[in-house]
Amino acid sequence: MPKVKVARKSTSIDMTAMCDVAFLLLSFFILTTKFKPSEALAVVTPNSVSAKAAPENDVVLITIDKEGRVYLSVSDKNTSEKRAIIDAINTSKSLNLTAAQKAAFARANSYVGVPFSQLGGLLSTPPDDIKKIKMAGIPVTDTLNNQLVDWLLAAKQAFEGRKMELLVKGDNDSKYPSFQGVINAFKKNDLLKFQMVTNPEGVPQGTELYRINKEKNK
Amino acid sequence: MAEMDTSGGGGHKKGPGVKKSKKLSTRVDLTPMVDLGFLLITFFIFTTTMSQPTAMKLNLPKDTDKPEEQNKVKESGVLTLLLGKNDQVYYYEGTLAPDASNFKSSNFKEIRSEILSKKKSTDPKDFVVVIKPDQDCAYKNVVDMLDEMLINDVKRYATVEISPVEYQLIQATEKSGGK
Repeated sequence: MPKVKVARKSTSIDMTAMCDVAFLLLSFFILTTKFKPSEALAVVTPNSVSAKAAPENDVVLITIDKEGRVYLSVSDKNTSEKRAIIDAINTSKSLNLTAAQKAAFARANSYVGVPFSQLGGLLSTPPDDIKKIKMAGIPVTDTLNNQLVDWLLAAKQAFEGRKMELLVKGDNDSKYPSFQGVINAFKKNDLLKFQMVTNPEGVPQGTELYRINKEKNK
Repeated sequence: MAEMDTSGGGGHKKGPGVKKSKKLSTRVDLTPMVDLGFLLITFFIFTTTMSQPTAMKLNLPKDTDKPEEQNKVKESGVLTLLLGKNDQVYYYEGTLAPDASNFKSSNFKEIRSEILSKKKSTDPKDFVVVIKPDQDCAYKNVVDMLDEMLINDVKRYATVEISPVEYQLIQATEKSGGK
């Protein structure tokens, strides 16, 4: 009787193809994506059907966090405007800020979320410790002491002659009064156009907008 | 295991007397390279963002104290949406009846049909949606409602501060638990 020979199959696989795929995907991801900007303020934005990308330059961003605290920041490329803003605030509120404190405001990724009385203290904090401090937020809900009005006035003057992109980035859970306060501050400064940062979302099927978009694409 | 095989036919036996030349294998084990590739892919997936945040435009009306500069709207063409807490929406058409009989409660899912039916039944010239968020309403609801205006192609809408009467009505409705 001949012995039945079980053919021994080699367990080695050619990994070349897999390696190709892996690096192809890798290069795709490197080329198509952008690093998440390190965000000091964790804000979950609501969804909207708007398809327009948020601007990145000449931005004055008002952030409203979960608890309704309001923060202000200016896009990093506008260093000279940042300086102009802090100078204007310093003069109008006579805060007697030092040059170092003003420089701290002009630094990249800086943001303020404190009443004027605490501004000096905040700006003297070393950048590494900023994230650790709990800021009180710029007061907006009190109509008599809406300090965002002063900030926006300074920003408006700093961006004189240029287009200032006013962005509001609110957290899903923040309550309406803060947003109302921010809007009031806009209105007082005659800044009537602003944009709200949202996450993109598909247009629900069968709705009016869906129909309009479809007709446009035809 | 898992090598690149570059040596030719190889393996056929050489006859006696043929000098064996030492062949260096050109096979490379690619497994670590694949590992590295996938490790980097996962790293990039986790640290990067694909979708850019979008922005929604909103134009505010200018506040005027002079009555002749204010926009007048026909009362019958107005749909007022009140946003309460816990994603509740209340609405009434036209003006609020003194006994609040036309004050109805709804939610974000059902309000779309309500807006559409009102839109169909009124003259486009007169159709205005007034959004009144109350103190307990979340920012998300406001944006959702503005989004709803976009979705339903409502041309004229405005956010207005809630009046004390309406706020009390919402409070009372919430207390009684719904309808």
